[in-house]
Amino acid sequence: MLKILKYSFYDLMRSRWSYVYFLFYLLLGIVLLFLNNDLSKAVITLMNVIIILVPLIGTIFGVMYYYNSREFTELLLAQPVKRSSIFLGQYFGVATSLAMSLIIGLGLPFAFYGIFNSSAIWDFSLLLITGGFLTFIFTALAFVIALSNENKIKGFGYAILLWLFMAVIYDGLFLMSLLYFEDYPLDKFSLFATMLNPVDLSRVLILLKLDISALLGYTGAVFQQFFGTSFGVILSFVMLVFWVVIPTFFIWRIAKRKDF
Amino acid sequence: MKNKFFILFLFVSLFSLKNLWSQTITVCATCPVKSIKEAVKQAAEGDSILVKKGVYKEANIKIDKGITLIGENLPTIDGQEKGEVITIGTDNVTIDGFKIINVGVSYTTDYAAVRVVNSKGFLIQNLELEKLFFGIYLQKSNDGKVLNNKVRGEAVTEFNSGNAVHLWYCKNVEVIGNDVQNVRDGIYLEFSDNITIKDNVSKNNIRYGLHFMFSNNNYVINNTFETNGAGIALMFSKFMQVENNIIQKNWGTAAYGLLLKEVNDANIKNNLFFENTVGITVEGSNRLEYTNNDFTSNGYALKVKGACYQNHVINNNFLYNSFDISYNGRINDNKFDNNFWSNYTGYDLNKNGIGDVPYRPVKLFSYIVNRTPETIILMRSLFIDIIDFSEKVSPVFTPDNLLDENPKMKRIDHDRN
Amino acid sequence: MIEIKDLHKKFGKNEVLKGIDLSIGEGGIFSILGPNGSGKTTLIKAILGMVIPDSGEILFNGESLKNNFKYRDKIDYLPQIANFPGNLKVSELIEMIKDLRATKATHDEALIDLFKLQPFLNKRLVNLSGGTKQKVNLVLTFMFDSPLIILDEPTSGLDPISHLRLKNLIFAEKEKGKTILVTSHILSFVEEIADEIVFLLEGKIYFKGSITKLKTKTEQPDFEHAIASILSASYA
Repeated sequence: MLKILKYSFYDLMRSRWSYVYFLFYLLLGIVLLFLNNDLSKAVITLMNVIIILVPLIGTIFGVMYYYNSREFTELLLAQPVKRSSIFLGQYFGVATSLAMSLIIGLGLPFAFYGIFNSSAIWDFSLLLITGGFLTFIFTALAFVIALSNENKIKGFGYAILLWLFMAVIYDGLFLMSLLYFEDYPLDKFSLFATMLNPVDLSRVLILLKLDISALLGYTGAVFQQFFGTSFGVILSFVMLVFWVVIPTFFIWRIAKRKDF
Repeated sequence: MKNKFFILFLFVSLFSLKNLWSQTITVCATCPVKSIKEAVKQAAEGDSILVKKGVYKEANIKIDKGITLIGENLPTIDGQEKGEVITIGTDNVTIDGFKIINVGVSYTTDYAAVRVVNSKGFLIQNLELEKLFFGIYLQKSNDGKVLNNKVRGEAVTEFNSGNAVHLWYCKNVEVIGNDVQNVRDGIYLEFSDNITIKDNVSKNNIRYGLHFMFSNNNYVINNTFETNGAGIALMFSKFMQVENNIIQKNWGTAAYGLLLKEVNDANIKNNLFFENTVGITVEGSNRLEYTNNDFTSNGYALKVKGACYQNHVINNNFLYNSFDISYNGRINDNKFDNNFWSNYTGYDLNKNGIGDVPYRPVKLFSYIVNRTPETIILMRSLFIDIIDFSEKVSPVFTPDNLLDENPKMKRIDHDRN
Repeated sequence: MIEIKDLHKKFGKNEVLKGIDLSIGEGGIFSILGPNGSGKTTLIKAILGMVIPDSGEILFNGESLKNNFKYRDKIDYLPQIANFPGNLKVSELIEMIKDLRATKATHDEALIDLFKLQPFLNKRLVNLSGGTKQKVNLVLTFMFDSPLIILDEPTSGLDPISHLRLKNLIFAEKEKGKTILVTSHILSFVEEIADEIVFLLEGKIYFKGSITKLKTKTEQPDFEHAIASILSASYA
């Protein structure tokens, strides 16, 4: 698997898209920092970018890479390599190169700005770690979608829908159900619903660092335990790991049974 | 000429007479007078008592003469938890430089380290209070000073702890330079007017840093309130000045920097509200002026709970608060003008430093959170941004006229000394 | 070498292989023929483990293919469409395939010489023409010394000289005693090289044997007509 990962990674590291992605983040970081000159604001804007854009790019890139490398995949399938290794290797290759573009692209301008001497370093690292997780999660989901759909157009459609659902529609439904059942105790439900969407999960994880004051204004034992202690951060990270592991398992399972 | 000499003689003799009459009694372990109580007994009006370094196990010291009680090198008075330690019942008493410990705790009587009852012209300074119930308790006493005292409590719950500085029916008192920590309320005032609270530090108190009830015409200047249950609570009071204070890190479910409840005609000026769950919570308060304050990194900068009229919020900085303003109801009679809002996204084409588009500080989401608090978990979601934006374009749920017509483009530099 | 027993495969409702029984011995060139959709590629992919059969069994040197990938070390496969990761250089691709396989004995340099690929070694695959890609494809296939070689449409996109060289290559490999499976639409090519043909029709083996045997069976004088007569008979 490591060999496949290595070659997929090399392949992507030289692709135009990786550079576009990398340059985009580099530019974003520079614009945010040097035109704005305000670290706190920059971190908040970055959060929005990471929550929304990283999943979108992960999804599209994952689907695109899978469909574009079909023949190459067939070449590999004829080699004495385990099937799961091929797909997991490709998946980790794509996800790793995307995550690296993100981390280096954003990290460079911030490093130049002097983030290491700033108190915002933890907020910033948390942002990048969450961004990395989201890349891995959504690339895995994209691979699952692409593996299950031979039709390129359909695959792209489902991938975009998935992103739209996770990023926007889910929260709309979430909000409506909270308002509809407002007479009931909702804190357990709302934490549970958050865990089921990696975008929300990452958002809450970052909120725990950035907006803790507002969140502490909430009275409720379950929220208190979640937001007031390190329990919330640990649980969120555990759930993010699950969100990587479960789609990866599906990649493995689908790949094992699929015909080419 | 002879006349003049006579007057001079009279002055000199009067002066020396007083000197002759007033004496200093020294208290120490090896002195003739070994206890403070004994010294007070021997002392006459106007006398001084000098207490040398040492531990004096005495409680219920009653001072009924206008005397000066001075501790040399911080002698300790140990109340042995037998109730009150010093009670002042007459005018012109000074207490200076003692460490007072082990005040009795009671659920029926508010025992204090130093209590002043029905007296004028008192001066209580340089005390260190530890293991206390109430610290300095002023009761129907006027024209006195409480200066530079240090109070360290061990309060855990509200019902078995007391306040560090407590004023009840007092007038014209100065509370300056005190450092009070870990008690119930740092400074408490009830039915007290014309009080100056200045240069105090009030930290880690389980209830309020400073608490006013039914008190008018008071000045709160240059104080620091940090990590208290709540910074300052002003209730049922009028004509207050709150200036140049630093109110920060008051975090928790019911925590806020400043609570204003039924307060009229107050000035909230030049304060810094930093990292509080709520910067200011205000309810039923009218004709307040909020000017030149900095609201930085609070959960809510200003939470208006209703029945607030003719308040002016002018020239403040609102920086990186999760919510700038939370507002109940559809009617607004308050004015927001010339503030700087870090969340403002408008432009300034004519370069006059004022945004060309008004800023709406109340988001639809804060309205939703007020209604259903659990929705807070959706904060900063893209969906919430979308509905906030649509509300901004055409307000349905938030007051139409609640806006800052002249939002500043740059952060206002406040001269805070 | 390969033993196929009662192989069935459906894609959705489309039944592609309807019970294939086939035995391929060691040595010789076998050509799999059949009209479009007859299941040639599916059969090859089943042998390669890329298509997973619904029922039936495939044995390679007596071992079942199920959950087995190491046997592919003994197969060289030339896919129909040559498409490689565009950002890799030719030399890197060759190194990569060498890296992925356990057997190290290679004649890649001789093959690069043969197909005159030296000027392209440092070019990215995305910049190569179709024919050049096919040559790279051939290098990748023949550089190992595996006992079984599977060629899916090996002649597509090749110029006449390369075509000739390919033929010589195939014969040379046969001389070494290898088994070679070829599919091709070019009947003259098949006639020239194949020792035995396997004719697939509607998911079943219609004919297996030498070309001479086919001619006798269909009573046709030449190979092309023999094939045509099978097809017209089946579609009549």
